[in-house]
Amino acid sequence: MTFSDWLAEPANWAFLAIAIPMVLAALRVVTSRNVVHAALFLVLTLAASAALFILLSAEFVAWVLVLVYIGAVVVLFLFGIMITRAPIGRETNLSHTTRWPAAAASAAVLAVTVWSVLALSQGGDGFSDPLPAVGAATDTAVLGEGFITRYLIPFEAVGFVLLAALIGGITLARKDLTPAEEDEGDQV
Amino acid sequence: MVLTQFLVLGAILFALGVYGLLSRRNAVTVLLSVELMLAAVNINLVAFEAFWNTAAAHGQIFAIFVITIAAAEVGIGLAIILLVFRNRASSNIDELDLMRW
Repeated sequence: MTFSDWLAEPANWAFLAIAIPMVLAALRVVTSRNVVHAALFLVLTLAASAALFILLSAEFVAWVLVLVYIGAVVVLFLFGIMITRAPIGRETNLSHTTRWPAAAASAAVLAVTVWSVLALSQGGDGFSDPLPAVGAATDTAVLGEGFITRYLIPFEAVGFVLLAALIGGITLARKDLTPAEEDEGDQV
Repeated sequence: MVLTQFLVLGAILFALGVYGLLSRRNAVTVLLSVELMLAAVNINLVAFEAFWNTAAAHGQIFAIFVITIAAAEVGIGLAIILLVFRNRASSNIDELDLMRW
């Protein structure tokens, strides 16, 4: 499949319209000098990945991503930024001053992964065939059935992890009261 | 649409996450970079699900597991950052050299 064949498909225009802003927003997440801007660019990146999931006909996962990430996780991040009084405005020491080792490491990761993906797509595994699932919505009932049959034990384990995280988060973030303060709390 | 374009996009996002993880000093922004890497993994999982097109949608189920674990990780991570900030009045990770000698 040549590039012009690829570009002739309308879905690929939608892909480019989502992917290019997504990569730019992700770049701003890791380079922005303003913590709040970085968190808000993460919203843009995650919204774009939800749009990609809809393009891949994974509607339920897309809306779970919007609810859990954009609805809860990013709000938690913004709370974290405000509570730790991280500098809200422009800030010069948000990143290390010598960044070339990080850039070299990530360039190496990018080179190895892209090279292996391209090498695989040259092989006969059908990586460059049109995706079969696109266009037909995934039935959410299939996901629900998977959760209570084949993936029941992982599902329960994840529920336990969430409970542990909830208790752990409260225990860690809670202020340690001195005995005198605890007595005061009893009287109130 | 082909599988390769999604895998390359995931690779780019993951590499950006690695860059942020290594170059950031502020602990909150390090966690943001981790979220970027998890988003890249989710794109790969859902794209492979669209590729294999299994009847039970295994890839999407795994993506939901990843989203759940990420939510738990952010909760704990921010609680730890809060605790460190309270004790040291700083959320810069290179000032946390308590375990180095």
